[in-house]
Amino acid sequence: MTAVRKEKPVIQEPAITAALAKSFGMTADEFQLVQDILGRMPTYTELGVFSVMWSEHCSYKSSRIHLKKLPTKGKCVIQGPGEGAGVIDIGDGQAALFKMESHNHPSYIEPYQGAATGVGGIMRDVFTMGGRPIANLNALRFGEPSHPKTKTLVKGVVAGISGYGNSTGVPTVGGETNFHKSFNGNNLVNAMCVGLAEQDAIYYARGAGVGQPIVYVGSKTGRDGIHGATMASAEFVDGAEDNRPTVQVGDPFTEKLLIEACLELMQSDAIISIQDMGAAGLTSSSVEIASKGEIGVVLNLDDVPQREQGMVPYEIMLSESQERMLMILKPGSEDTARKIIEKWDLDFAVIGYTTDDKRLVLNMYGEEWCNIPVPPLVDQSPLYDRPSVAPKKPAAIDDTAYPLGHDGAVAALKKLMGCPDLSSKRWIWEQYDSLVMGETIFSPGIANTQALKAGDAALVKIPNKAKALAMTSDVTPRYVHADPFEGGKQAVCETWRNITATGATPLAITNNLNFGNPEKPEIMGQIVTSLEGISAACIALDYPIASGNVSLYNETSGTAIQPTPAIGGVGLIADYKKSVGLGFAAEGETILVIGTTRGHLGQSLYLRELHGKEEGSVPPTDLLAERANGDFVRANIMDGTITACHDVSDGGLLVAVAEMAMAGQIGATVESADSNLAGFWFGEDQSRYVVTTKDADHLISAAKTAGIPILKIGTTSGKSLVVDGTSISVADLIAINEEWLPKYMNS
Amino acid sequence: MKSAIILFPGSNREKDMEMALTHVTGHAPQIVWHKESTLPDCDLMVLPGGFSYGDYLRCGAMAAHSPIMQEVIARANKGVRLLAVCNGFQMLVETGLVPGALLHNRSLKFICKQVHLRVENNTTDFTRAFTKQQVIQVPIAHGEGNYFIDADGVKALEDKDQIAFRYCDPSGAITDTANPNGSVYNIAGVFNDTKTIMGMMPHPENAVTPHANGHQGVGLFKSLVEALA
Repeated sequence: MTAVRKEKPVIQEPAITAALAKSFGMTADEFQLVQDILGRMPTYTELGVFSVMWSEHCSYKSSRIHLKKLPTKGKCVIQGPGEGAGVIDIGDGQAALFKMESHNHPSYIEPYQGAATGVGGIMRDVFTMGGRPIANLNALRFGEPSHPKTKTLVKGVVAGISGYGNSTGVPTVGGETNFHKSFNGNNLVNAMCVGLAEQDAIYYARGAGVGQPIVYVGSKTGRDGIHGATMASAEFVDGAEDNRPTVQVGDPFTEKLLIEACLELMQSDAIISIQDMGAAGLTSSSVEIASKGEIGVVLNLDDVPQREQGMVPYEIMLSESQERMLMILKPGSEDTARKIIEKWDLDFAVIGYTTDDKRLVLNMYGEEWCNIPVPPLVDQSPLYDRPSVAPKKPAAIDDTAYPLGHDGAVAALKKLMGCPDLSSKRWIWEQYDSLVMGETIFSPGIANTQALKAGDAALVKIPNKAKALAMTSDVTPRYVHADPFEGGKQAVCETWRNITATGATPLAITNNLNFGNPEKPEIMGQIVTSLEGISAACIALDYPIASGNVSLYNETSGTAIQPTPAIGGVGLIADYKKSVGLGFAAEGETILVIGTTRGHLGQSLYLRELHGKEEGSVPPTDLLAERANGDFVRANIMDGTITACHDVSDGGLLVAVAEMAMAGQIGATVESADSNLAGFWFGEDQSRYVVTTKDADHLISAAKTAGIPILKIGTTSGKSLVVDGTSISVADLIAINEEWLPKYMNS
Repeated sequence: MKSAIILFPGSNREKDMEMALTHVTGHAPQIVWHKESTLPDCDLMVLPGGFSYGDYLRCGAMAAHSPIMQEVIARANKGVRLLAVCNGFQMLVETGLVPGALLHNRSLKFICKQVHLRVENNTTDFTRAFTKQQVIQVPIAHGEGNYFIDADGVKALEDKDQIAFRYCDPSGAITDTANPNGSVYNIAGVFNDTKTIMGMMPHPENAVTPHANGHQGVGLFKSLVEALA
């Protein structure tokens, strides 16, 4: 090693006190535990290491006890939660790797860089394990449009996702965007990445042995993002923007080089174990490799490529500079690895080696700055069973008490199609390259999409195969807020439904749990209860959880977000040519509803947008019906009977029909089958699909045989949507749907 | 027809181009790393889309000075056909092999969408499979595709039939609303004066393969095969 001993700068570290520990986000008990573990006062560097490793963000100390109960096993799961991404079997010896992760706090403080680095981080989780990223999705929640910060946040977050994702050449193929006042002080930016790998070439953080070189690859380390994980584990008070220096800065070009360099290096057998330097940077990656390999680690921090002069161990260990990787190499393969990494003009440095003493030792400027036993750092990290109170469910409303106005269903439809939550998000997704890589079958949006076709889930073909992956991200925060159990169930079911509606078979999910302050029993109640709902749905649908991420403390000045456990689902279709889109496929086809329509208006968008009320019970999901209806729909897509399919979600039946007309640019004539027109057209009963077919008799009789509720509501025809005799042109529907967001963003 | 795609650090549509060329020609193109100084024998060279060098300087400016580019320029000057798409077009104007410059989209945002193009000259090796003024639909995906050239430059391009494609509406009318990025004269693609080099912002390679939902980019690749096979 030819490291140059850097000149030691004058280092003045603060005295180690309980007050300092508190400023690092540690409780008095946690600080005492550090002293007990070490048998002495920690050094400044050691305290930094403990504090980030024990932050909520890294340790999951409030949620771990509950996450353990989740169903994470299933026949398709190769690797469940605990590694960078979940890994599932997609046949032919191939695997899909995927995970969703939040970058909420940084995106609120600095929207462009916060969102950009969120995308970068989640992609690294995937390619660190050997998966080539093939698709990105994002789930965004912003405050109410009238809030003074909302527009700036939308603009910055979208530009950040666009700037980073497009440059790395990974298509952004799906997502969702909602607006609600509960997100005024805390927007949510949840990024999901799906990757592809050969099953026999998956890389893990575990597996490192003794006496192996530790290699640093990627960008240089700077002073950006220091203590970012701690910032993401605290509530905001007004003036959170002052935390800007704790937000990292992204470099998508380096990320692109890192993807190519790592995947090329993985073709050789040089790498034993690999970790990306994400939250808590070099600290968490080195501790994780040591802990999972049950070994020790010595790092010579002088050799870490540094972007700035006079950096101290504390800064190097806590920096969250982006686009960096830590690898354990097979001894002797350093030169092979260096050649490949340097071909891509990236930094390559051997910065240490593994030992058998299970300690994390950090040397710099000829001194030892940290000497911590790794097992207690990891195993004795705080674990809280925080008190929770069961959430109170709102009372049911009378579904007949909110009738349509005298101008009928079409007028209500127009209002819904133009409201912020349902309006076209073209202004957002046109900034995302959804086509790069050339495998995108269904891209985001409804009408006039980038891939020329829309589906309920994004559909991305696997290179050189007929099979394709369906992927989607869903959750309805207003449901989870009103009833965390039903809301948790519904979020899982909606992803399952969206994947099913394309014809694909849902395989597994990732969850991204966004909640408020877990130290409040009512928030803890939301977490615990929604996880029970998520589990119930996953078990009933045989749809395990392959990976996950938790983001807590999404509160500002004591006001929490609506609980948002975002679910990312991945499914597989053996032949993309058998998939169906959501747009009407041809004129003269019969339109049918699969599933039971009861007219449930509680917590519906109709109630909120037309009657100004956010009340009532959440539409319950019958998990047996969910599975039966979905399996029936999928089978009839596979055999060609169903020609177009759209799940019924926000806005209810008529919104689903209108979206099918807009996507296919074909009209329809539909009739209600119930005297409660508001409930029939706009109720949000679950487990339903609108489908079209050329052979209605066959589909109806098949449904009757299978015991599946089915109802004929109309026929596709012409260029207008005719609802109980009132007409609106498809072109007008599209115009209304496209109007709001660009007008808002340009106002 | 033998083809070679030049790969730069930050290129990201080389796979799309490879799939399109393989589908239409039946032969996989060679991929040539930018640090190489020699090119294999080929009938067509391609500068693909992406963000070479991150596009941190002016788009394409760094790539235009990569080691391989001397050889690409030398071959192009000898008449080997050169197709430059998106970031490749940005490099191409940096080399001066075709006139003009590519500025930020007038919306100042990245735009990915389907557009319509009118074929302005169907007598070249790149466009002969199209009919005169045929309207094709292909996607764009760029932040800096706003083609700029002064009025004399437009006239010179017109006089020598160097305009390849112009943005138009579905009926073929050249309108401002059909112009996605503010390009002068709705110009989407241009030739050099001998029509052996073409640069364009849209992505015909994303409208070729059987699994793409649109196939109107096929004509461009068929033209090349007809001319060069």
